[in-house]
Amino acid sequence: MSKNKSEYLINRNDNQYEVVIGLEVHAQVTSESKLFSTSATKFGAEPNTQVSLVDAAFPGMLPVINEYCVKQAIKTGIGLKAKINKRSVFDRKNYFYADLPQGYQISQFKDPIVGEGKVILDMQDGQKEVGIERLHLEQDAGKSIHDLDPKNTFVDLNRSGVALMEIVSKPDLRSPDEVNAYIKKLRSIMRYLGTCDGNMQEGSLRADVNVSVRKKGSKEFGTRCEIKNVNSIKFMQMAIEYEANRQVDLIEDGQTIDQETRLFDTKKNETRSMRSKEDAHDYRYFPDPDLLPLEVSDDFIENLKSEIPELPDEKKKRFIEKFKLSPYEANILVSDIETSNYFENVIKKSDVKLATNWIIGELFAALNEKNLEITESPISAGNLSKLINLIKDGTISGKIAKTVFEQMMEGDKDPKKIVEEKGLKQESDPKALEALIDKVIDDNRDKATEYKSGKVKLFGFFVGQVMKISGGKANPQLVNEILKKKL
Amino acid sequence: MSDITKQSLSELVENIKGKKLSSSEVTKAFVERSEKSKELNAYITEDYVNALNKAKKFDEKPNLDLKLPGIPMAVKDLFCTKDLRTTAGSKILNNFVPTYESTVTQNIWNEGAILIGKLNCDEFAMGSSNETSFFGNVQNPIDKNLVPGGSSGGSSSAVAAQLTPITIGTDTGGSIRQPASFTGTVGLKPTYGSCSRYGIVAFASSLDQAGPMAQNVKDCALLQEIISTYDEKDSTSIDFKRNVYSKELTKDIKGKKIGIPKEYRVDGMPKEIEDLWKKGIEYAKDCGAEIIDISLPHTNYALPTYYIVAPAEASSNLARYDGVKYGFRAEGENLIDMYEKTRSEGFGAEVQRRIMIGTYVLSSGYYDAYYLKAQKVRKLIKNDFDDAYKKVDAILTPSTPSSAFKIGEKTNDPVSMYLNDIFTVPVNLAGLPGISIPAGHDAKGYPLGLQIIGKAFDEQNILNIAYAMEEKIDFKNNITDWWIK
Repeated sequence: MSKNKSEYLINRNDNQYEVVIGLEVHAQVTSESKLFSTSATKFGAEPNTQVSLVDAAFPGMLPVINEYCVKQAIKTGIGLKAKINKRSVFDRKNYFYADLPQGYQISQFKDPIVGEGKVILDMQDGQKEVGIERLHLEQDAGKSIHDLDPKNTFVDLNRSGVALMEIVSKPDLRSPDEVNAYIKKLRSIMRYLGTCDGNMQEGSLRADVNVSVRKKGSKEFGTRCEIKNVNSIKFMQMAIEYEANRQVDLIEDGQTIDQETRLFDTKKNETRSMRSKEDAHDYRYFPDPDLLPLEVSDDFIENLKSEIPELPDEKKKRFIEKFKLSPYEANILVSDIETSNYFENVIKKSDVKLATNWIIGELFAALNEKNLEITESPISAGNLSKLINLIKDGTISGKIAKTVFEQMMEGDKDPKKIVEEKGLKQESDPKALEALIDKVIDDNRDKATEYKSGKVKLFGFFVGQVMKISGGKANPQLVNEILKKKL
Repeated sequence: MSDITKQSLSELVENIKGKKLSSSEVTKAFVERSEKSKELNAYITEDYVNALNKAKKFDEKPNLDLKLPGIPMAVKDLFCTKDLRTTAGSKILNNFVPTYESTVTQNIWNEGAILIGKLNCDEFAMGSSNETSFFGNVQNPIDKNLVPGGSSGGSSSAVAAQLTPITIGTDTGGSIRQPASFTGTVGLKPTYGSCSRYGIVAFASSLDQAGPMAQNVKDCALLQEIISTYDEKDSTSIDFKRNVYSKELTKDIKGKKIGIPKEYRVDGMPKEIEDLWKKGIEYAKDCGAEIIDISLPHTNYALPTYYIVAPAEASSNLARYDGVKYGFRAEGENLIDMYEKTRSEGFGAEVQRRIMIGTYVLSSGYYDAYYLKAQKVRKLIKNDFDDAYKKVDAILTPSTPSSAFKIGEKTNDPVSMYLNDIFTVPVNLAGLPGISIPAGHDAKGYPLGLQIIGKAFDEQNILNIAYAMEEKIDFKNNITDWWIK
């Protein structure tokens, strides 16, 4: 699945089908308090400890918009290169459920805060642009817990009223790999902006996935099904593959596809019908009379623009132009803001090429093995930078550096100290090296004779021996030079 | 002083400030009269013991700088009051005790007033006769067979019967002005955004406004200056410069231009109302005002517009009463069954009717034809007023198309009941201030009211006009205390 391919076709009999996918991503706004109340939003708090009278919809309670959440949504819109709507309207989406205290969700229906934008994906076969239809602000609902009691359902309202951004893509995605790339890019942009932490385990990012299929080459869309509330990229990909194949099977069988809402069963790896179009709720949207239309000025938007950091696409361009990184290397280093920050801290005082290789190679492998994020790296950017300088100035060899690196992974130690304490400093004194080399030649007179008589391949043997008796510390370049002379 | 309850608010404040009366004496007098007046059914919840204790406490350390020093007061049961049951006249909130206080009532207590009880009203303020209350209908002190108007019927009855010196009501389509008119009292519906809606059980959010109800215009002005504050907890609260209405009150309205809208001469309007209006025009002229004929062309559409917008908002506002979190819950087989039983048993017929109308007009396929069109008409109605106010400073109309009707007379005819709001709803739709003052009696001796409508935020102006006309009219209410045995 990680082949990063744009093409994904399903072959049945003599037909080839293309999959058309659109996503409605629900991203939790990073904010201390809720969209319309001052309750806290911390994840994992005891049930019903972050609930205000507004969140629980007590009589006479009124929503008051949280300006910070508005700023976060606009920033995200700017990050998606989208049109910011200076006037937007909050609507009520009416339906009954036990974890929806108001009996309606405050959302934005006709006039969202952010309009059309785009996201660029780097795929194996080039760049792909995915259109953004809109972004709007809305409240999250609470949580119904059905499995704590045989007869009763419990309700936790901690999430009730938490601010979400619903980001709706155009139906531009064509493969599970593109969905993977899209979600990751969206997440990356929002993390750069600090507008959503993108934590899928905690439910900060989840998506409704719209899937339809059509014969390759067809311009018309097929009937779509919406798979509700999928909370991991892997499940999204699995759901799409299952759903696309299900639809193809139906078409090949001469049947039609019903427009419906489906659920993905992660245990059985299948989607199943939740409700048909006929059973769809009539949400009776209308403008919330408790809230005035949301109006923002040009100055307000311009101020937010000035707070926007360099985003992944621009950063990638800079890394390639300024540091001569390959697009592949640049992509990896900018994919996550923490990684790019780490990289930029390392190269402040050390060689870019070496830093790139060490981060993408050794560091990522080591972190991966320990299942750590870059933010949890035992090796600080400063110390990695020192290690690279020790290699660069010849104090230690690349090989020794790996030993030092391993020790640094055990705890963030200054590489210079490790080198000193363990006596790992590279031996670059020609006289000391000569002595070593003389000893090796003495001990292997027969091989030296063979070498001289033309068996040049034996040169490697002598280098190996010198390195061995030096404990790996001999400067390999100097060893080469001196050996050549002596032999 | 034996006639404490006959005193106006201004007199009571003066007597307490002058130490001629204590808060305890005043509170006791109103509590005793309230206790003797149970037959009116004006109260839903009484809080007499607490009130007397609070009065005692006030007297121990009286703060006479306050505007309502130790004044007892009952309020409509639509205002959430901390630790005292708040029902909105509904079974569904029969057992609901708020842990919080509405901004409007908090403003009142901050000025030293003391809560003596919660007054009856139509269920969720939906009604024009106080007959939809789960707690029974209220009698009009004018005559035991008459409704006191609605939805603030408990409030109008209590003020007219002097069970409370003043009170507050809420007005969504006339719920302060119509009951004031029916009981010979004064009621002001302020500009939308003048009084915070925080802590008031919502009926129709874009129309609801709290306002004062009193025996006279001056008391009304004093209460208005206390309850009207900008409140960040209500996003529709408006931050404008508020007058000290009672201080700035003047009878000098010379040269004020008062408009008479021809469209308010509705078909079938009783001659008594027509005559009252003519009399009102003469009073206004006597006060030095200039009378100008104006037109409000979309008046005819106000009532249908109102009966789309208000139920639409109500259908959504009342969705929170679902038996899950607080209030009445009926047992059910499952969640849907519990919802259906709770709401069928918890809401009365009129509330259910309006929820159904509101749900219908918001439904997909009907939204554009009803709700959206109603919003457009609402804008036209507002434009009518804007145009009129280019020529006049205020508008004079009757408050209601008839005097108080009999209990039970209109309960089976909702449309005839709705028609009662014909002169009051345009004001709510346009978000303007309007005041009803008693201006005369019909042939049966029942009071009739005149309505003065002002520009937005111009409460001072209509209070002044009302104050000047009040003196000329010199209205006397015929209340015989028939219910006190």
